[in-house]
This record gives sequence, structure tokens and C-alpha cells, in this order.
Amino acid sequence: MTSFKIDVRESQNVNILDLQGYLDAHTTPELEKAFQTLIEKKQFNILVNCKDLTYISSAGVGVFMAYIEDVREHNGDIKFSNMTSKVYNIFDLLEFPRIYDIAKDESEAIAKFLSLKK
Amino acid sequence: MKILSQTDQLKSVRDFVAGAASDFGFDEETVNKISIAVDEACTNIIKHSYEFAENRAIEITIEMGDGKFEIIVSHNGKSFNPDEIKPPDMKEYLAHYRHGGLGMHLMRSLMDRVEYRAAGSKKSTVHLIKYHPVKVPRS
Repeated sequence: MTSFKIDVRESQNVNILDLQGYLDAHTTPELEKAFQTLIEKKQFNILVNCKDLTYISSAGVGVFMAYIEDVREHNGDIKFSNMTSKVYNIFDLLEFPRIYDIAKDESEAIAKFLSLKK
Repeated sequence: MKILSQTDQLKSVRDFVAGAASDFGFDEETVNKISIAVDEACTNIIKHSYEFAENRAIEITIEMGDGKFEIIVSHNGKSFNPDEIKPPDMKEYLAHYRHGGLGMHLMRSLMDRVEYRAAGSKKSTVHLIKYHPVKVPRS
């Protein structure tokens, strides 16, 4: 059984992180590495697809908070899509919809990135 | 259940507690809340009480009865006074892109009660309590 895995792909100038498995204090270093790699490559449009993300704790949530300021300073953003209710409930509890776009699906999230460019 | 203070043990703790919570009759959403809370408690102990030392002991005990489901997480690392840690103002936290420090906030939000006790000179415990809405005895 996969504990945590990230696949990275690109679509319409948006870098998509497909998260699979659980994101806790043990697995967050993988996510940090993925963000670090994108930022080093100056890729600041980042979509986190949560379709196969089965669990998240505050450690996982903390990774997004660690990078959001840097990403937005470079006119990019971190957006989310395809969240299960289990994961969304934690984001909602922490009031994250205040500052993050959480889209129903990937196409909606990518459309938001494209609309920022206009 | 006893574990060493290593983050790769967190999944086992969650599974252990989730199994017991489910057997106690909580619905899936509540089982998930309880799992996250115990994860946060153990992570805080690993990070703050044990400062990432990997060979220290954490014990997780569950007590159930009269509609009360109580997880007791014991350790003998540094204890702290949670009353000194104010819950974050999330509006301000998010506006300034702060990170870290949300574990305790989540525990308090997800459980009905969270208590911290120092038992003896070395042992400290975190008590995470959830009441079953149907099983609590009527007075």
C-alpha cells in the first residue's frame, strides 16, 4: 500500500501535483521537496489535485502555508481541486477557503489560473 | 499501544485508534476527527516534548464507558502548559501567511475535551475525549 506519492505533470502552464495516500508529519518531506523543486525551476502556478489524497493533518497543511507567500510574491498561486469531504473538512476548520481557491475539479482550477493572466 | 517517537509510527496509531472508535459506534466522520486529533497529539510530543529524539516511548491507551471515549497519550518528555498557548486567530494567521502551531488548535476543535496532566515528576499525559451522542447516560 502506498503511504504517500506525488506525481507531477503540467497542463496549460499550470504545474499539477497529484497527491496519493496520506499526508502527515512523516510524509510531508516529500511534498516539501516537490514544492522546492517547482520553486527552484521558477514554476509558480501550482495546482494540488487531491483526488487520491486520503488523509491530511496540520503538518501537511503547514507545507502549503510555508510556500504560499513566496509563490504569490512571484505572481503565482497554489490552488486545490478534487478534494474529498474528509480533507475539505480540515481545510474548512482552519478557514483556508478564506485564502485558497478550492475548486471542484481540475478544469475549474486551471480556468482560475488562466483568468488571473488576463 | 506503545510506539517509539518516530513519525513513521503515526499511521499505526491512527489505525489503532480508528478501529477502537469505530467499534465504539462513532460514525466515519467522527472516527476521522479522532484519528487526526491523536495524530496531532503524538506529533506534538515527537516534535516538542521529545525534540525529534527517535528512541523515546509514547503510550496510547483508550478508555471507554458511559458514552465517553478517552484516548490517553503518555510520554516522559518535556511537558508544557497549554494554557500559555492561545488559540490562533485564524483570520490574522492566514492574512500573514503564518505556518506551524495548528496542531493544538485542531485537537481542541476536533475533540470535545482536551486535557494536559503531569503525573509524577516525569510522566505527562494528553487526554483526548469524545462523547458518543447516543451513548451518554441521561442523568
